[in-house]
Amino acid sequence: MTTPGTHDLANEQLLDIAYYLRLTRTLEERLVALFRQAKVIGGLYRSLGQEGESVAAAYALDYKQGDVVQPLIRNLGAILVAGAKPADVIRQYMAKGDSPTRGRELNIHFGHPARDGFIGQISMLGDMIPVMAGIALAGRMQKRSLVTLAFIGDGGSSTAAFWEGMNFASVQKLPMVVIVENNGYAYSTPTAKQTAAKTLADKAYAFGCAGVTIDGNDVLAVHDVTKRAVENARAGGGVTLIEVKTFRMKGHAEHDNASYVPKELIAEWAEKDAVVRFENLLVERGVATREDLAAIQKRVKDEVDAATDEADKSPMPDPADAGRGLYIEDGYWDA
Amino acid sequence: MPETTYIEAITQAMHEEMARDERVFLIGEDVGAYGGAFKTSAGLLDRFGAERVIDTPISEIAIIGAASGAALMGMRPIAEMQFMDFITCGYDILVNFAAMNSYLFGRACPIVVRGPAGGGTHGGPYHSINPEGMFMNRPGLKIVAPGTAYDAKGLLKAAIRDDNPVLYIEHKYLYRRIKENLPEDDYIVPIGKANVRRKGKDLTILTWGAMIWLAEEAAEELAKDKVSVEIVDLRSILPFDEEAILESVAKTNRVIILHEAPLTGGAGAEFAARIAEKAFDYLDAPIKRVAALDVPTPYSPPLEAAALPDKARVLAAARELLAY
Repeated sequence: MTTPGTHDLANEQLLDIAYYLRLTRTLEERLVALFRQAKVIGGLYRSLGQEGESVAAAYALDYKQGDVVQPLIRNLGAILVAGAKPADVIRQYMAKGDSPTRGRELNIHFGHPARDGFIGQISMLGDMIPVMAGIALAGRMQKRSLVTLAFIGDGGSSTAAFWEGMNFASVQKLPMVVIVENNGYAYSTPTAKQTAAKTLADKAYAFGCAGVTIDGNDVLAVHDVTKRAVENARAGGGVTLIEVKTFRMKGHAEHDNASYVPKELIAEWAEKDAVVRFENLLVERGVATREDLAAIQKRVKDEVDAATDEADKSPMPDPADAGRGLYIEDGYWDA
Repeated sequence: MPETTYIEAITQAMHEEMARDERVFLIGEDVGAYGGAFKTSAGLLDRFGAERVIDTPISEIAIIGAASGAALMGMRPIAEMQFMDFITCGYDILVNFAAMNSYLFGRACPIVVRGPAGGGTHGGPYHSINPEGMFMNRPGLKIVAPGTAYDAKGLLKAAIRDDNPVLYIEHKYLYRRIKENLPEDDYIVPIGKANVRRKGKDLTILTWGAMIWLAEEAAEELAKDKVSVEIVDLRSILPFDEEAILESVAKTNRVIILHEAPLTGGAGAEFAARIAEKAFDYLDAPIKRVAALDVPTPYSPPLEAAALPDKARVLAAARELLAY
């Protein structure tokens, strides 16, 4: 069943999106608690304010067809949509031995494009753009109709790797969609110091690909525009760059109080919170009641509780393994 | 098979591997219609089509990055650097992305990054690099540097079939200067195995790439003085054949490490340290290194010749060791 004014998404899908939005937020709040208990030992980078676009864009992919999403650090929601398990995310942050990277890498830097439908970024921003182009290229060579969806930020879109990757993907007309998250700041650097371009979507002109700027806190718009771009890419239409305007509501990471961000800006964007806005829309359009939404929150909390218990019980890695697995033939990862 | 040059050996390896395995493809600048700046990829486009012989923009990051992404999906890309010097433009994505796939994520990333390296061709400071040293301290890559046509073909085939990223350093001075009869049958040269190409008992020269020929010249000269030189062609820089190195040193008790890259921080320093740690008792003289001066490779022939190792320096080092 669909409801008018919801861009052809079935009610079931809308509720699914509402679930992932809350799952993202609740899981991150749990990670903050674990960080304060010193159980999360590495950096913790919040996506507060950006859950909407992360979930909505990733929801536009078809993972059964082999589509692949590549999140940045603030796109936890995207990998949850792709199928990442909350317990694995917590294990990663807690540096556990049975985390997807077995304690070798942290946070949401994990995943295998062919196995999981997602692949985490590396810390060198922009590098994943050519990598995602290569994944799309392989898909085309293998006669599959998969599409890749890469996230990059306002800061990351300044890097050489971003430019080279976008240029190559556009020349090759690869089935790839790139979401440029303009969240106002790259660490402490405002977007105005990052680029002289009027919009980040303007960069698409240089590549000769499609480019569009949209409201990143409008879940339906992000889903709709991404979906069209994905289908266009799947049909051979090439690359689309989608700038989503959103806002980073926290500092760069937990250690950063973001004192350089004007308080008015934070207050202004708090009013535009994508999760609340989407939930209100569901109620207004009669897709869900407040009780339904409360039930989602309850379900999410139970799942995050269970995931936390599971991750907490996980062992730390065996120090004897520190030298293993450098080369595939070692067999370390087979076991 | 008629005599095959070093460059033809590389071309043959790519032809044969692409015919054998449809997952293998070539990606790089001017590799298609033009056949590569040195014609290394001659005939590949006609035989395998533009989908498997991909001309790219001038973008080493894109070449290595896209190859890595495709490799994660089960393809076996060969990424060509038009000159190895330009690998520095893609250094980050190679060492931070490609090389770390196995250790961090358990992902196989079977790419080969290959291209012409080395000096002696008056290429100047930006077309003469010997890059092995700057990759040696970044775990995750394999590094090979063939010095013969046989090894060029066998190591490239091994690199393409390897499940890890392999840096394949071909020496452009050798491209058309050496040739030999190659086996008709399919063969590989295993990565990680050195070749004792000349047996001797008085002195070991441990070397690789084009320097094996300089070592041969020096050995011939020394043979006139009844000095018997053993030449260990390392072939693989990482992982390297420690056993072969130690065995030779244990036999000759004197060793020169000869490489074309600059001396300080070069790969030779690692081998010297390894010998000092594990074969100290066998040494009758200090470990000697002969390498390029610690400068970028200059263009003008007299300067280039003075910067790179030559026979006189190898002989001087040998005589010093023999007299020790």
